[in-house]
Amino acid sequence: MIGGRRFFVPTMLAFGFAFLYVPILSMMFFSFNNSKLVTVWDAAHSPTLKWYGVLFHNEQIMGAAWLSIKIATLNACISAVLGTLAGLVLARFGRFRGRTLLSAMTTAPLVMPEVITGLAMLLLFVAMEQWIGWPAGRGVTTITIAHVTFSMAYVTVIIQSRLSNADDSLEEAAMDLGARPARVFWRITLPLIMPAVVSGWLLAFTLSWDDVVISQFVAGPSSTTLPMVIFSKVRLGVSPDVNALATLMVLIVATGVVVSALFMHRQEQRRQREARLAGQ
Amino acid sequence: MSVAEPQHSSRARRPRPRGSGPLGWSAYVREHWLGRRLVVAVPTLWLAVFFLVPFIIVFGISFSQSVLAIPPYEPLWSWLDDRVLALRLHLGNYDYLFTDALYVSSYLYSVKVAAVSTLFCLLLGYPMAYGIARATPTARSLLLMLIILPFWTSFLLRVYAWIGLLKNNGVINNVLMALGVIHEPITMMQTDMAVYIGIVYSYLPFMILPLYSNLEKHDPALLEAAADLGARPWKAFLRVTLPLSVPGIVAGALLVFIPAVGEYVIPSLLGRSDQLMIGRVLSDEFFENRDWPVASAVAIAMLVLLVAPILVFQRYQNRELAHR
Repeated sequence: MIGGRRFFVPTMLAFGFAFLYVPILSMMFFSFNNSKLVTVWDAAHSPTLKWYGVLFHNEQIMGAAWLSIKIATLNACISAVLGTLAGLVLARFGRFRGRTLLSAMTTAPLVMPEVITGLAMLLLFVAMEQWIGWPAGRGVTTITIAHVTFSMAYVTVIIQSRLSNADDSLEEAAMDLGARPARVFWRITLPLIMPAVVSGWLLAFTLSWDDVVISQFVAGPSSTTLPMVIFSKVRLGVSPDVNALATLMVLIVATGVVVSALFMHRQEQRRQREARLAGQ
Repeated sequence: MSVAEPQHSSRARRPRPRGSGPLGWSAYVREHWLGRRLVVAVPTLWLAVFFLVPFIIVFGISFSQSVLAIPPYEPLWSWLDDRVLALRLHLGNYDYLFTDALYVSSYLYSVKVAAVSTLFCLLLGYPMAYGIARATPTARSLLLMLIILPFWTSFLLRVYAWIGLLKNNGVINNVLMALGVIHEPITMMQTDMAVYIGIVYSYLPFMILPLYSNLEKHDPALLEAAADLGARPWKAFLRVTLPLSVPGIVAGALLVFIPAVGEYVIPSLLGRSDQLMIGRVLSDEFFENRDWPVASAVAIAMLVLLVAPILVFQRYQNRELAHR
């Protein structure tokens, strides 16, 4: 079994990564294919950027992408604030009445099947419109509220986990020196957890940018987000301009992730160097 | 974060009573901060109004009757002439769920698909998490980044990528035919297998990350001790590593199983059209038949099935976030 483990684990790792990346790479590769059949390589006229041109002239896709960017940005900002508050409360406020409820309401959205959340949110909006006349109709407002509700749960978990990992002696020292909690939060806690807030913001943006099921329930007739357009297109089968769109999105995300990883790596190195210098 | 971002928790922590925050904070906050209630109230109210209340409404509407109106359900209560509040609960929707074979079979089919996919996810994810946890620190952060990277790209487009691979004139069939392995394309789209692949593919990071953050914490001295006492590596694995990693297995399995039961996008794009999953039934009931009460009853039936796994997951998550 020594030999077995030496071969089995690396083989599974290689297989797993191939499984994760081959579909994405194949999808990107065929975005340069001239043929409308997508997966049948047209060697005579490929590679070509034809489908990227088609993509940028598709007003429906461009309009939906713009709407999705707006909703995702709005969602990320609101979720970052609410999630930071909830994470702070859960990690730092000790026991209080309602803690169990709040903690249950921030973990349930992480696993709740989307069809249930979508249906529940829509029925709420319909009932609210009947009772108090708001939100009137469905559109950007309702989609954003629905997205915030499940995104903030993810932000909460990130912040809570960051805070329970972080040393609270700085905060305690500031309070011993007489700083009021609000000042401690702005001057110490928030700068300390800023990287977690930023990754929470980015995650909330991605979740909203990606969501199709919940949006379908709570969207109105005039508010079609990008995932909704893609979903209705790909239900009919493969489509070359969707491959082009996917390639662009994967490249943007990959660049962002690699750049931020490098940035964090360098910061970590600097921190270690400073810690060494301080130790001398 | 134990879900999407395991962190290397190497910092030494002093022990702290379970469930309570640091003493300085809670004491100060209790005494000094008037804004405390506000800070607690804002996120709690948001989630109560937009997450808790909706479920109560779904529960209510599942006892209503479908009518041709806007909104298309009958109100549960109404005022009679002499100021008597009449409450009408209609149990027909649930009766319908149990008598119509469509609902029972798609319910069971969803559980089967979710269970099989979770098992496949575990069989692939466990060795991967194990390999990453045993890698050198540099390789480890690179491998983790490669696991998380697809998670940041669109879920919908990653499922879409499989259509290009699996369809009759797709990449896999074209390659196999060009190599002469097969002469007729194999039908892979719209099969159970395609749905399993789609779910494993989409949820694999959710299985690997909790497993990794568990396996990474194991003390290698335990395995050395087992080896010193004469245990062969596979036996040491079965008797030491595997039992210790049960919390990670449970967390990963629940993170895959619970959403997979209600999965809608993957079976719609890759799955069979003769056997629907319950998430698709709910959405068809809602969008195609416009029968909101039956759709609500389907949602409640799904929740009844999922409530136990969700509670187990919450307990794990709370423990994970409290003990660091």
